[in-house]
Amino acid sequence: MGGRIKPITFKPITMAAVFFFLVAAIAPLFVPSWATLFALILAKSIVVLGIILLLQAGQVSFGHAMFFATGAYAAAFWGKYLGGGDILLDLVLGAVSSTVLGLVVGLFVVRYREIFFGMLNLAFSMVLWSLLEKMFHYTNGADGIRVARPGVLGWAFTPDTFQYVILYVSLLIAVAAFLGVQRYLDSPLGHMLRAIKSNETRLEYLGTSARRVLLVGYVISAFLGGIGGTLVAIIQQIATPEFGYWTKSGEFVFIAILGGGAHAFGAFAGAAMFEVVRFYAAAQLANAWQLILGVVLIVIILYAPNGLIGLRQRDRRAKAGGR
Amino acid sequence: MANVLLSAKGIRIRFGGVIAADGIDLDVYEGENLAIIGPNGAGKTTFLNISTGYLRPQAGHVSFLGRDITAQLPRTITRLGIARAFQIPQLFLDQTVIENMLIAAASLSGHRSPLKALSSLPERVEMERLLDLVGVREYAERKARELPEGQRKLVDIALALALKPRLLLMDEPTSGVASSEKFGIMDILTMALAKEKVTSVFVEHDMDMVERYANRVAVWSMGKIQKVGTPAEVLADPKVREHVIGI
Repeated sequence: MGGRIKPITFKPITMAAVFFFLVAAIAPLFVPSWATLFALILAKSIVVLGIILLLQAGQVSFGHAMFFATGAYAAAFWGKYLGGGDILLDLVLGAVSSTVLGLVVGLFVVRYREIFFGMLNLAFSMVLWSLLEKMFHYTNGADGIRVARPGVLGWAFTPDTFQYVILYVSLLIAVAAFLGVQRYLDSPLGHMLRAIKSNETRLEYLGTSARRVLLVGYVISAFLGGIGGTLVAIIQQIATPEFGYWTKSGEFVFIAILGGGAHAFGAFAGAAMFEVVRFYAAAQLANAWQLILGVVLIVIILYAPNGLIGLRQRDRRAKAGGR
Repeated sequence: MANVLLSAKGIRIRFGGVIAADGIDLDVYEGENLAIIGPNGAGKTTFLNISTGYLRPQAGHVSFLGRDITAQLPRTITRLGIARAFQIPQLFLDQTVIENMLIAAASLSGHRSPLKALSSLPERVEMERLLDLVGVREYAERKARELPEGQRKLVDIALALALKPRLLLMDEPTSGVASSEKFGIMDILTMALAKEKVTSVFVEHDMDMVERYANRVAVWSMGKIQKVGTPAEVLADPKVREHVIGI
């Protein structure tokens, strides 16, 4: 009784997660250029956690950049129109605005599944992207809005200190999001979300509205997208319409597939791989980094369809003689 | 006579040229095991689909405990106390058997706290009892995908029982099961229904099953009910023997 049964991959993957978070916390102290790199990895991972959440229900959103952009512009607008800025305030604004947008858009998209779900998300995100581009008077169009370096509760920081402040803020939120998403996926609602993927009809015949279950998951994933967007806007000190463009949505899905959608840690594994390849390959090979990532993704899909975090599991299966 | 649980009046539905229900009138009484028999395409499954809200009839009404449930959503009807088991077991294949059961329990009780783990819900003991009752407790921690068909059928029925229904509608509970296992499954099933005080309606093709497990039989033929009676009465009717049983 009360014996909680975890998926078999849980333990090693938890260790991998702890190891990753420790590296993210400590390594940048020795290599300062890694502070921003890791902050970016963590911020994007938070967005990708939202994608992975929807993957549990078998749904892929090709429009999640809209929440990412909403979070980014929430911080940008506050700075532009009201001046100043505080990381915590920015985060609250980004979270609230993306959650509200998630609820409104969610009411429409949870009625659809699979390709229709993906495309309707894409359509909504393109509407937001056009608004950001065309409403030049408010948004500066394609140039975007600069996000001035914010303080925290009245403290101001030099650029050198700030890159560590934003790193540790991102780390704290990423760890909380990682634990929160796992908790949620373990809860009745999380299990019902997975049940949508395997048998939605049965779920309805148990008396549960699959749409409501999906809506809760969708709003949580929008919230995560907004938080990630606010963090990236602060890290990169700018919000542009590019944040909401469909290729950005594609990037998040790419990272989720790369890392593996079966476990929350896939978001971090994928984002780390993605950003590290981009960071180093972009320096060495200029425009070839997309090529490298493309080849990596092909290899992943062909040989490790469960993503980076699935490699271990696959290895074990092979030893046990097939499935 | 006992209480009427489910009552269908004048149900009609057609799919293109096929008339699947042409004026179906049927009452289901509390405590009985009613078998529905008839040739393929007679409209047996359609009747279950209408009674559970999956299909909306073009005419007629279905009521449950005196309340009109025609054209209600399946989940609304489920919450009123009608559960369904399927011809092909409908399980959450990627989750364990006990997780399947607990999802059903959480659906019933409305446990939606995102902070409480499914595996530690208070209903766990009751769900294990139900798995025990239908004889699949040993599979509790296995993924539903790994179970053989017969066991999946039993889990499918346990899932329905987890909803604490008054009425259980079953579409061919023993189809797809090796004939040597059929009686075993039906024995378990009828015992479980009696123990949980659940009334049942089941579609069945195997007359041995009908004879042994039904209190009452309704014979479907081309969208109509041809005859209703005890198994002995119905199976002795020469017209039923010719058209349905084929002897």
